[in-house]
Amino acid sequence: MGLTLAEKVLARASGRDEVRPGEFVVASIDLALVHDIFAADVFRHLVELGVEELFDPDRVVIVLDHLVPAPSEAAAAAHRTIREHVERFGISSFYDAGAGICHQLLPERGHITPGALVVGTDSHTTTHGALAAAGTGIGTSEMVYALATGKLWFRVPPTIRFELTGALAPMVAWKDVILALAGRHGDDVAQYKAVELGGPAASSASIASRLTVCNMAVEIGAKFGFFAADEAALAYLAERGHEGLEPFGPDPDAEYEAVHGFDLSSLEPQVALPSAVDNVEPIGQVEGTRIDQAFIGSCTNGRLEDLEAAAAILRGRQVHPGVRLLVAPASRAVFQAAVRSGAIQALADAGASVLPPGCGPCFGGHGGLLGPGERCIGTHNRNFVGRMGSARAEIFLASPQTVAASALAGAIADPRKVGGRG
Amino acid sequence: MRGGTDAVIAGRVWRFGDDVSTDLLSPGEYAIAPLEVRKQHCLESLNPVFPRAASAGDLVVAGSNFGCGSSRETAPENLKALGIACVVADSFARIFLRNAVAIGLPVLSCPGASAAFADGDTAEVDLGEGTLRHAGTGVVLRGEPLPPEMREILAAGGILVVLRAGG
Repeated sequence: MGLTLAEKVLARASGRDEVRPGEFVVASIDLALVHDIFAADVFRHLVELGVEELFDPDRVVIVLDHLVPAPSEAAAAAHRTIREHVERFGISSFYDAGAGICHQLLPERGHITPGALVVGTDSHTTTHGALAAAGTGIGTSEMVYALATGKLWFRVPPTIRFELTGALAPMVAWKDVILALAGRHGDDVAQYKAVELGGPAASSASIASRLTVCNMAVEIGAKFGFFAADEAALAYLAERGHEGLEPFGPDPDAEYEAVHGFDLSSLEPQVALPSAVDNVEPIGQVEGTRIDQAFIGSCTNGRLEDLEAAAAILRGRQVHPGVRLLVAPASRAVFQAAVRSGAIQALADAGASVLPPGCGPCFGGHGGLLGPGERCIGTHNRNFVGRMGSARAEIFLASPQTVAASALAGAIADPRKVGGRG
Repeated sequence: MRGGTDAVIAGRVWRFGDDVSTDLLSPGEYAIAPLEVRKQHCLESLNPVFPRAASAGDLVVAGSNFGCGSSRETAPENLKALGIACVVADSFARIFLRNAVAIGLPVLSCPGASAAFADGDTAEVDLGEGTLRHAGTGVVLRGEPLPPEMREILAAGGILVVLRAGG
């Protein structure tokens, strides 16, 4: 019997020929990611424990992305501590404030390869399954253990597969696909499980769109979210120095806990309503809901294709005077590309505030929080109570197209009706 | 081995509903605030009395998908710092469950738990048996005991204790 992607990775990483759901394995970590909220704590624990050398400093990536630019003295002090320890432990892959969001930088800078086991102190580490890596979030203590030993325990998850068919209609995005899956199957359908996105339509997703979908796999509970590494993935990897890789996917006779079909053709723009990611309705159910803020960015949807999709709608138009539109490119490279492509010009001319690459507003940290009674529609990944400031604010999640159309209208709007100008 | 994860834990219940997120357990605005400050905001949006009045040995009983959201270990850490002796939920989000075990905070997944308890009730949790008993009504619910691999970490007092011991 064949293996799923999760089983293949965990078998290889634990030195076994095969593993089955429910088994506990101790696996070798291929890449460990720590961001600035937790890095100072992780280093403090390591020093207190007397750990002088990390398992492999070349398999560690440190990113300052959540508290950038430093919104407080405490954050700036934490960043100083982190920089000192990056030096002390000889970590070469360090991205200082402004380089971008960790889940954009890892694929963009060539840190991800198919089949790698990637752990990060961030729940959205599932993102890296877009390139067929097994990425998952862990906490501070487990990261300390992983950095000291290079190993961590895992329970082999069963896998749910989504078989995708058809093609998306204009103004419908892969963000709408993952929101629809959450709405249809619930926010814990994949709890303790892995998810594979496959079927004939999977390869039609751009790498950026795959990153969006896998990013939100954790929002349906998933431990890992995967696309197979196909020709498009291998081409993306080759541009980042990984030449000559083979396609990597599940065995044809792999065993799944469930297989669900999903037809892209009939999908409409989707919106997750407050305050759960699975509280999803088609756009028609929420059109006209007044908004105060619109946000385009985050590790979910802050990539070039997202900024360009928004720019195509906003070009030559003005954001509604009652709306604050915030745009945060996912990385400096994305920002530079969007400057070159004209997307940033179009967004700024339309009235957007362009923020530095980072996580600030999305995780409720700083730079775009909401007051009581305010409403925000954003391209990010969570709309929980209190996620972006006030517990009495409301957050709606949607695609860049829907958020851009809503920013124009001052209320949640259907991008198919608003249309684009270029 | 007795003690640790085999002991029966009895305490006063603080009851919460479904989908209690890490944003509620540990709001992003206080991400790097000191523990003494941070824990005072734990679940305040759901019950402002909770962080002020929770005391050592109390229990949290909640609905499904408890701890959904972020990988922030500060979520279980805040509960532990407020004195919560055990969290029982209909089900847990996976990273919260791992983090709780990693820092030595006992947890029990027990479907039906949230429907059986109200604020202020007394509950008895037997982690070894995986059972939850309502001290008032005597009703016993059967949960899912943690696998031995996770109970070992819990019994040690967390994964850093295991690491220090050379495990």
